[in-house]
Amino acid sequence: MSKASDKKAEKVTTLADAIARFVPDGASVAMGLCLESMIPFAAGHEIIRQGKRDLTLVGPISDILFDQMIGAGVARKVVAAWVGNVMMGSAYNFRRAMEDKIPHPVEVINHSNFTIALALHAGALGVPFLPTYTSIGSDILARNPDLTEFTAPFTDEKMVAVRALTPDVTIIQAQRADVYGNAHIWGNLGSGPDAVRAAKHVIVVTEEIVGPKVISSDPNRTVVPGFLVSAVCEVPHGAHPSPIQGYYNRDDNYYAEYHKGTKTRADFESWLARWVTGVKDRAAFLETLGAERVAGLAVKKPAYAAKTDFGH
Amino acid sequence: MEAVRTNEIMAVAGARELRDGETVVVGLGLPQVACMLARRTHAPGLTSLLEIGVVNSNPIDTPVGLADSRIFHGATCWSGFLDILGMNLHRGVVDVGFLGSLEIDRHGNINTTLLKDEITPGQSKVKYFNGSAGGNDVASLAKRVIVIMRHEKRKLPAAVSHITSPGYVGGKSRADLGLRGGGPHRIITDMAVLGFHAETREAMIVSVHPGIRVEQVRENTGFPLIAAENIPETPLPTPEDLRLLREEIDPKRVYLG
Repeated sequence: MSKASDKKAEKVTTLADAIARFVPDGASVAMGLCLESMIPFAAGHEIIRQGKRDLTLVGPISDILFDQMIGAGVARKVVAAWVGNVMMGSAYNFRRAMEDKIPHPVEVINHSNFTIALALHAGALGVPFLPTYTSIGSDILARNPDLTEFTAPFTDEKMVAVRALTPDVTIIQAQRADVYGNAHIWGNLGSGPDAVRAAKHVIVVTEEIVGPKVISSDPNRTVVPGFLVSAVCEVPHGAHPSPIQGYYNRDDNYYAEYHKGTKTRADFESWLARWVTGVKDRAAFLETLGAERVAGLAVKKPAYAAKTDFGH
Repeated sequence: MEAVRTNEIMAVAGARELRDGETVVVGLGLPQVACMLARRTHAPGLTSLLEIGVVNSNPIDTPVGLADSRIFHGATCWSGFLDILGMNLHRGVVDVGFLGSLEIDRHGNINTTLLKDEITPGQSKVKYFNGSAGGNDVASLAKRVIVIMRHEKRKLPAAVSHITSPGYVGGKSRADLGLRGGGPHRIITDMAVLGFHAETREAMIVSVHPGIRVEQVRENTGFPLIAAENIPETPLPTPEDLRLLREEIDPKRVYLG
């Protein structure tokens, strides 16, 4: 894999090391940018294990990952378009934090999917804001301090300015990456490409590390260019229970079990001990999950793309 | 043949709102079913978009989650938010947006964020739900918005606790509000199809489902619902609609119940 003599290869590191170095207390962390697919659960769990504090979580819809991080007490603020359990509806830790300040109060900045996408796009472009017509008249506009009405130059129309988001770190899940951080991602990209370019640091969590020739054989599929990346971590099944196109399907039952198993604070604490704080890393998590269950999530009907000629 | 179910009536009512050649933003559930039915019947030239960045997928196996390759099966293009929500919806080329709702009020304002339960007069407890996702964008920008939801008094209050997605806010026109999309067009419930009065922009009854009385609809609505003298019945699904729904589109009855 990596050689000490190759400076660029120093980006390959363990997930624990990457989180320790690039996710300090108080940081803003973008994750779960491809919606219900490719959510970096392994990275979120490592953040919880390292006992990070006062994080700002940024992501349009991060399914139950943000709920787990809120319940574990690592988040002070959430910037999102939707928080919950996509398949089941409510997420209990989010509700306990908002309604009863358990384990502590959390501030929520409500966006729509498009306003958060624009905020990250503005961050990626390096501009302070971008204009939109969406959200006019709504309480999202009224209550989100990062959205404000203004009169557009040239046309004098009423528009909404969306303040740029520039996360301290974006954690992005990839199918495959080389040691330099060039990452191939396919499937639903959501706001992934913008969040990568808006952030000060990027951690790529990849199903596998491949040779640079695999990456350059299909450069249109390189969603994350390596020169923007701070760390590359090879973590098989790092997105479970969310799916990774071509690698494994969504573990729907896990979301239902989480919903049933976290109704009370005590239930959640048991859940956390079993699946996060009581396991060392993702490999140990997968042992708890069981080999049979992991195998059952494998892609059953592969569907390969047509060959693509990049020759000359 | 087995009796027609309410969800089948709702899916067919949704399908009939779509015209051939239109571009539609859909979500999972009955909207997806309605869109698939329209495409197999009167609207083969429909373009369907999933906000996440999927064009013209042809779902198989009616999966329960949006992160499932079976939902994206056969899609002609995968992109992302900036494409679907930006370069399509925001630019103004989306004809119809389908939405669900926790609450919707007389002016078609949608709430999917929080509910205020009054404990004692003047004192309320807030219960948090999920938020907008792409709902606000669809409601702000699509030419016609169609909401599919259960008909319950508490879900149809005079005014929502929180305007997650704007309708005709304060009874104002969309132009006066500064919104580009045309606003709420239909609310399809398990009792009736509602529309909006052209001048007052208040919800009104367009049709009631077979076996439902206008009074029942009114009793289950949290504001006075206007209605013309003779309200028609919502048309029943045709035998071909039912065959397509039951045998091809949702044979496992994940969404049809």
